[in-house]
Amino acid sequence: MPFEKVLMKNVGVPNSPSLKVYESRGGYEGARIALKMTPDALVELVKKANVRGRGGAGFPAGMKWSFLPKDRTVTYLCVNADESEPPTFCNRVTMEHDPHMLLEGILIAGWATRTTTAYIYMRGEFTEQYHIMQKAVDEAYAAGYFGRNVMGSGYAMDCYIHRGAGAYVCGEETGLIESLEGKRGWPRIKPPFPAIEGAFRKPTVVNNVETLACLPHILTRGVDWWLSIGPAGSHGPKMFCISGPVNRPGCYEAPLGVTVRELIYGDDFARGMRGDKKVKAVSPGGLSMGWLRGDLFPKCPDGQVDPVQDFDELDCRMDFDDVRRYGMLGLGTAALVVVNEDTDLRDVLLNQARFYAHESCGQCTQCREGTGWMYRIAERIHAGAGRKLDLDILCEVTANMGMMPGMSICGLPDGAVFPIRTLVQKFRREFEAAIDRQAPDAAAQRIRSVNPAAYELPIYEGRATRNIRGTMSSDHYSGSQR
Amino acid sequence: MSWKVIDRNQVAADQLGPGLSALTREKIRGFFSRYPTKQACLLPALHIAQDQIGYCSLRAMREIAELLEISPSQVMDVVTFYTHFWTHPKGRKVIVLCRSISCELMGGREVREAIERRLGIGNHETSADGEYSLLMEECLAGCDHAPCMLINERMHKCVRPEDVERILADAKNDQLDIPRSTTYDAGR
Ligand SMILES: Cc1cc2nc3c(=O)[nH]c(=O)nc-3n(C[C@H](O)[C@H](O)[C@H](O)COP(=O)(O)O)c2cc1C
Ligand code: SF4
Ligand code: FES
Repeated sequence: MPFEKVLMKNVGVPNSPSLKVYESRGGYEGARIALKMTPDALVELVKKANVRGRGGAGFPAGMKWSFLPKDRTVTYLCVNADESEPPTFCNRVTMEHDPHMLLEGILIAGWATRTTTAYIYMRGEFTEQYHIMQKAVDEAYAAGYFGRNVMGSGYAMDCYIHRGAGAYVCGEETGLIESLEGKRGWPRIKPPFPAIEGAFRKPTVVNNVETLACLPHILTRGVDWWLSIGPAGSHGPKMFCISGPVNRPGCYEAPLGVTVRELIYGDDFARGMRGDKKVKAVSPGGLSMGWLRGDLFPKCPDGQVDPVQDFDELDCRMDFDDVRRYGMLGLGTAALVVVNEDTDLRDVLLNQARFYAHESCGQCTQCREGTGWMYRIAERIHAGAGRKLDLDILCEVTANMGMMPGMSICGLPDGAVFPIRTLVQKFRREFEAAIDRQAPDAAAQRIRSVNPAAYELPIYEGRATRNIRGTMSSDHYSGSQR
Repeated sequence: MSWKVIDRNQVAADQLGPGLSALTREKIRGFFSRYPTKQACLLPALHIAQDQIGYCSLRAMREIAELLEISPSQVMDVVTFYTHFWTHPKGRKVIVLCRSISCELMGGREVREAIERRLGIGNHETSADGEYSLLMEECLAGCDHAPCMLINERMHKCVRPEDVERILADAKNDQLDIPRSTTYDAGR
C-alpha cells in the first residue's frame, strides 16, 4: 500500500489555515466521532493505537492520560508548542499551514481527558504562527468548536494561547507548567507527575503539537490503519525535518522506520547533498540525541552495527527503537541536521556545547557546571589549544550528569550528554588529528594567558595521565579505548 | 572586581522609567479570566508592557506587581529569566539572529559579521540612532531556510551576507501583512 500523507495533506493548499478550507477537506470529522464516544473508550482507543509522544520522550499518549486521578473536577491540557530544540521545525509547519488540525486534536484529547481549559504554550519567537493560530482559535470559537457547549454536546472547554518569552527549558513539561503559572521556567522535581499535580496544582496533561495532530486521523481512519504504518512499537506517520547543506531542506512526512540514507538521498526527501559532497556526520533526532557517522566512511562489510570502528551508519532506521542501537538517546524530534565533509567538527562541538551551557536553567549543580565546563573545553579545543586529555575529560563529564545517573531534575543534561559524547567518541580520530596539528605548546600558552600563576603546573597530555593517576574508571570510555 | 549596589527602595523617581498606560492596564485585565490565578497573567502582562514602553521599566514592574497582587521581586525574577524581556531601553526594531547549528552550517556567522559591520553593534547592543538592537538567540525554528533572522515580527529567511544591506534599508522590514486576530494583538 503506498504511503499517503495525512499530517501534511493540507500543506500547500491555498488558504489552508482557514476553517472553511479545513472543513471542506474533511476537517473536524474526527472530533465529531470522538464526541460520540465516552472519554474512557477514547482513552482505550488511543492506548490501543499506541500513539507514542512526538515531543521527544516517546511516551505513549493514552497511557499518560490514564494516569489522571479518577475523581478530578478540573483538568488542564497544555499543548507543548515551545519548539526550541535545534534544528526542529515540524510543529511550526503544522501551526503555520494547518492550525485547525491541531485544534481538532486538542478537542479530541480534551474530551478524552475531560479537560476544562487547554493552553497552547507557544514560544515567543513564533510571531506569524501566533497570529495564524489566534485567528484559527477565534474562528473555532465562533463555529462552536470551543466554549460552553462544544459542538452541541454540552461539554465545555476553553482554549487559550500562552506566549513564552525565549527559554529552551520551558519546553520541558514541568518547566512549561511553571512558566504558565507566571514564574521562571524552572522544571519541578518529579514526582508528583503533572498528571497528578500539574498546572495550578491540578491534574494536567502535557502533549506535543504533533502528537495531538495525529489524533483526528486515528479517529477517522481507524486504529488498524494507524497500526499498519511503521515497524512494531513505533506506529504511525511522522514529520521529519531535514536541514543543513542538502539540496532540498524541509519538512517531509514519512512512516516511522524510514532510513536516514533515504531521508538524505531519497527523491521524495532531501535529494542528496549540495555540491555532491559526502556526509560526514548527521544528528538524526534533533540536536539532543547524538550523532551518526555519514557515508564519508566505508560501509561495514558484514552489515553489523559497530560503534567502535569508523563505519557508515546511515542505515539507521528512524523509529523509537532502532536509533538506540547506534548509541543515540532516542528518536527525539526526528529532525536531521547533516554535516558535510568540509565542516570542521570543532565548530559543531563548540556550537552545541554553547547551546546547552546557555540554556541550562541553573537549578542543578551538575547540569549548570557540567554544561559550562564542557563549553569551556570546547572553546579551548576550538581555539586550537586543546589537549587529548580534554577529550577524555569531556567523556568523563558526560558520564556524571543527567537524569540517568540521577543527578538532575530534568532531561536537559541528558540531551547535552549524548551529542557531545557521541561526537567525541565517534570522531575522536578527527579531534586528535586537529590537536596534533596545533603548535606543541599551544595548550600551555593558553593556560598562561589565562593564569600566569599556572606557569609551573604540568600540562597533562592524554590517556597516560589517567592511568598514572588511576582515578578514573575506564567503563565510560568504550568508544575511546581504540 | 567591582560592582554597583542598587537599593531598589530608594531608586530616584527619574530612574524608574515610564509606567503603564490606562489602555495597557485594560489589556492586562483582559487576561484575568483566562487563568485561575492572577500571577499566571505575568507573562502576557510583561509582553503587553514591553510593547507599550519598549522595555520592562522598574516602574512598570512595580505596577504590574500591584495589578497582579504579587511582589515586585517576583516580577523582576521572571523578567530576568527570559531573554525576550529587556530591562533597559532597546532599539525600535530588534534583530534576532539565529546562531544554532543549521544556521551556522549555512553561513550564519558571516551574516552576523555583516550586520555588525553595517550597524556597528554587537550582541545585545543598540545602534546609536536607536533604530536597531541585535540579539543572538538559539534556533528560531526556521532551519529549512537557514540562516534565519527575525526583525520584530517578520522572519527573514535564507539571508546571505550580501542581502543584509538591502534588508536593513527597507523601512517595512519588520511588518507582517497577514490577517490578525482582534482578540489580542501584541507585536514582538
Ligand atoms: C530540556 C527539554 C526540552 C524540551 N523541549 C520540548 C519542546 O520544545 N517541545 C516538545 O514538544 N517537547 C519538549 N520536551 C519534551 C517534554 O518534556 C515532554 O516530554 C513532551 O512535551 C511530552 O509530549 P508528548 O508525550 O506528546 O511527546 C522537552 C524536554 C526537555 C527535557
Ligand atoms: S537539569 Fe539543568 S535545565 Fe534541568 S532543572 Fe536542572 S539545571 Fe535546570
Ligand atoms: S538553527 Fe537557525 S533557525 Fe534553527
